[in-house]
Formats: sequence, C-alpha cells, structure tokens
Amino acid sequence: MDDTFPMDDLDRRIVLATQAGLPLVPRPYLALAEQLGVTEAEVRQRLARLLAAGAIRRIGAVPNHYAIGYTANGMSVWQIDPTVIDAVGARVGGLQSVTHCYRRPDHPPAWPYNLFAMVHGKSRAEVEAEVGRVATLIQAEFPGALGARDILFSTRILKKTGLRLGE
Amino acid sequence: MADAVEQAKPFRRAALAPAREPDELDRRIINALQGDFPLSPEPYAEAAARLGISEAELLARLQSLLDDRILTRFGPMFQIERLGGAFCLAAMAVPEAEFERVAEQVNALPQVAHNYAREHAFNMWFVLATETPEGIDAAVQAIEAATGYPVYPFPKEKEYFVEMKLQA
Repeated sequence: MDDTFPMDDLDRRIVLATQAGLPLVPRPYLALAEQLGVTEAEVRQRLARLLAAGAIRRIGAVPNHYAIGYTANGMSVWQIDPTVIDAVGARVGGLQSVTHCYRRPDHPPAWPYNLFAMVHGKSRAEVEAEVGRVATLIQAEFPGALGARDILFSTRILKKTGLRLGE
Repeated sequence: MADAVEQAKPFRRAALAPAREPDELDRRIINALQGDFPLSPEPYAEAAARLGISEAELLARLQSLLDDRILTRFGPMFQIERLGGAFCLAAMAVPEAEFERVAEQVNALPQVAHNYAREHAFNMWFVLATETPEGIDAAVQAIEAATGYPVYPFPKEKEYFVEMKLQA
C-alpha cells in the first residue's frame, strides 16, 4: 500500500464531522470549528492539508448519475495478456469515456477478466458502442492481447451510502 | 417475510430515485462545483459569485438538489486508503429467488458502501470500505456466513485513472 496520511485525532474528528456533507451555511468552516472546539483557520488548514496529501480527493458536489441523465452504467471487463496489461490499462484509463480503470485479479474459469473499465453513458446503446470502440483500439494497438470481454450493466442501486467511518 | 421484502422493494427504489429533473441552473451548479471548492471563510459566496448568483440562492439550490436526490452529497470525498483504510470491490452470484434476502443481508453491514445489481451470473456487486485492510477479510467472511454464498473479492491491483466528473 502507498504511504498513508498520519491522521491525528483532530483530522479524524474532521472526517467524522464532514463525511455526511459540508454544512450549508455561509461560513461552513466556522460552523465545523465551533462544533469541534477549534478555530476556523485550523479547520481550513487541516482540510487544505488533507487535500494536498490526497486524503481528500476533492470537495464539492457528488451527483446522482441517474439524475443527470447517465442512466446507463456499464462495467466493461476485459481479459488482457498480463505481460502488456499495464500499457493497455494506461491507454484505456486515459480515454474520456472511462471514469475508473483498474487491474484486478481474475477468478478462472468463472471469471477470466483482469481489467475493469467503468463507462457511463446516456443509453445502453451508447455504452455498447463506446466499449466496441475501446475493443477496436486495443486490438489495433496491442495485437493479440485481448481475449474475452463483457459489459455488466447495472439494473438497480441496492445501496449507496458511501464511506462511513465508525464513531 | 417474502411479502414484506416484495413490498419493501419499490419503496427502496423510490427512495434512491431523483424527485425532479435538474434545470439549467442546477446543471451549471453541478458542473461548476465538482471540485476546487474554496477553502476561504465564505466559500459559498465565492462560488456563487463565479456562477453569477447570490450566496443565498446557491445555498437554497444545494439544499434542494440534496432534498431531491439529484446530488447524493455535497462535501469532501475522502480517499480512505490514504487514511489507512481499505476499499475492495466484491461480487456474488446469487440465485434470483434468493436475491432480495441476500441484498438485505449484505446491505445490513455498515462496511458495504454501495451495492449494485448487474446483469451477469455475478449479479451482485458491492464495495467494502473498512478502516483497516484486515477489515476487508472480516467483512467478506461475515457476508459469507450470513448469506451462505461465496464472496469473490476483486481487490484493486493497480489504478490506471480515476476521474469521476460527469457533465450534467
């Protein structure tokens, strides 16, 4: 695992206080500071440090994909020759249509796929067409590297709470 | 029991569905506020000025976007691995007749951050988020014990790119 950010007690309390969201008041960092018994400047500095360290990816709006028209969510999965998978992953992960791209272990024979690329689209046909273009690109640039592939469309969100640290 | 589960299903779906279509201002707010939120003392006023609206209007819109489930959250997105914790994608192949029961049992674990039904023999895909890497194995074992079905963990071996910004 990469280096982890050494979170102290105040960092942890800031995570707990903001994991459900930032207060919707004119001075949200002051509201947090009052809740935590520290200064507003301290809260702002801690958040800046967590951002700089990559412990916070970003602060902002987290949209419900379905609400903004991205109703088709296809998890494309690929069986890629392990000797070139990192080059293929870097290429696929850099594509505009791919929001997440990971190498993961396969579980043969039930699951032969070792590369996962999430493709969001406004229709199933749009996602299928895009995944087809990705397949063509892999075959052209990495001849012989692609085995089986599939797309797993989501049919229902069963739960979506995001990360929750315990109290 | 089966009846109760059947009746609960449409309610849970409705609870996650957005209550309205985003309008033009909603879309501008969503596109503008997916990152770089100011750390200044009055960040909403600063963000509102960039959008050409008042601070009060931005605050009211954000509340409405959350109430209507167009946004799932507004705030920091934590990278739990950098904080010493762990994420792991995992899947199960669950017979259709058992699907709702197993979904309830899986969702009951606080370590399950989200869970999606997908069209495949592996038809249930969820993300485990735990405060320690060891917590993942414990959660996998707890789910297998509770449901009676094997869990296939898909830990991330390498991340090639992550850019979770969508144009509204």
